[in-house]
Amino acid sequence: MKAIRIIGRSFRDAFKSVIRNFSLSFASIMCTTITLILVAVAIICGANVSNATKHMESELTIIVYLGKDTTDEAAANIKADIETQENVEEVIYKSKDEAKLELEEKSDSFKTVVNYLEENPCFNSYIVKVKEVRYLNTTAEYIKGISGVETVKYGENAVDTIVSIFDVIQKIVVVIVIALVIVTAFLISNTIKLTIFSRRSEIEIMRLVGASNITIKLPFLIEGFIIGVVGAIIPVCVTIYGYVILHSILGGKVFTNMLILIEPFNFVFIVSLVLVSIGALVGMYGSLKAVRKYLKI
Amino acid sequence: MKLIEFKKVNKVYKNGVTALADVSVSIDKGEFVFVIGLTASGKSTFIKMLYREEKPTSGNVLVGGLNVGKIRNGKVFKLRRRLGIVFQDFKLLPRLTVYENVAFALECVGLTDKEIRPKVMEALDRVGLKAKVRAFPGELSGGEQQRVCIARAIVNDPRILICDEPTGNLDPETSEEIMKVIESINKDLGTTIIMATHDKDIVNRMKKRVLLIEQGVLAGDYQEGSYKAHESN
Repeated sequence: MKAIRIIGRSFRDAFKSVIRNFSLSFASIMCTTITLILVAVAIICGANVSNATKHMESELTIIVYLGKDTTDEAAANIKADIETQENVEEVIYKSKDEAKLELEEKSDSFKTVVNYLEENPCFNSYIVKVKEVRYLNTTAEYIKGISGVETVKYGENAVDTIVSIFDVIQKIVVVIVIALVIVTAFLISNTIKLTIFSRRSEIEIMRLVGASNITIKLPFLIEGFIIGVVGAIIPVCVTIYGYVILHSILGGKVFTNMLILIEPFNFVFIVSLVLVSIGALVGMYGSLKAVRKYLKI
Repeated sequence: MKLIEFKKVNKVYKNGVTALADVSVSIDKGEFVFVIGLTASGKSTFIKMLYREEKPTSGNVLVGGLNVGKIRNGKVFKLRRRLGIVFQDFKLLPRLTVYENVAFALECVGLTDKEIRPKVMEALDRVGLKAKVRAFPGELSGGEQQRVCIARAIVNDPRILICDEPTGNLDPETSEEIMKVIESINKDLGTTIIMATHDKDIVNRMKKRVLLIEQGVLAGDYQEGSYKAHESN
């Protein structure tokens, strides 16, 4: 009962103090808001680059054309051989008839030409999906060496390069997000320290009238929490509305079909949750760190 | 019954200054004691040891049976809840009202609002400030602020009231009023009062026990009424 009462009072005191020290609270809140917006932008960029990379990677396949005279048995052996490779995720068979149909749908002139031919000019083929694009070359080279394989086609160099550039961008974004979170933590904790510094006499009096350390810390801890959460409101709105609007303006992609944006729903809520958590945790950490200094004699 | 006991207490600060040297004294329950001495005589150190703002370098300070020097930082609040402390500079929380300032000391102990209200009103009544419960400290005169400070100090029925120059910032008439309040607390409630002061008039007029501290040494322990006689000699 006593503990609940003390917690209840701490909430009351924290709200009161945020309101009565409004100018300093406002400074802390704005500081949280600005940094959290930066964090939000970085997270959204990072997640999208990562998503685009994964998407492109899943599109990258090795196409293995089988020789005209390859028997079904030999084809099955080749498939088994390809599947021994660790990097191979999936091997899909595409018969020459399927390939012909696909091409006819794509191009009318092909359809016309092919009708004059007696034989289907296409090859039976395997489409090989790989786990890691980095080892695409090695896997392709191995498949080339299998007897009965006519030709092997895989990711043009350009795509390969884009994927590796994205890989770098992704790593840079992760570093930026971490750096921003640390900077936010410092900024918030310093601003809250300023708030608490202006109230060190208050802490001194609390000690003198016999408040236990927990009773003193709790309102400040809750105050940090409130500042962090309130500071996250604008960044959350910016994330939700901004991303949904951006997504619909761009039609879900950036320039080409290769750069597909993450679907806004659920994604924006996850980002918002992350922002609120960062705000709350950093706020509490900042105020706790600042109060601790004044609790020592 | 001994409520406060100093046993061969020494205090040497880190910079080498000796604030108290071999002080031994005891104070009984219900006594009213003045602690006097010049600035930098060790008087403040003496007072601060009672509520463990300072620890003795050697020797023991016992307050209500607690050995002050042995209390850990995290447990100091247990000692302070048994004491009432009145300061020269009032130390009120400027953003809390008079009522909230007094109630604060009880909230720390974890009493319910229902238990707090009558105690706060009683304490404010005793110091004559019942009409100003909603005022903020900044809206009060110095004497009124000191009354709030006294109300806060006595609200949890302490056995000991420590007053560190309570009239230092007040004019003689207001000081007189404050001293009446403190004396009534001593008489009516039986609270032991230890009061550090510079004000010779008050000490002479009130004729209480006086502890004289000079250069860190207990230079005199005058029983009730004998200090003035000594001074006039």
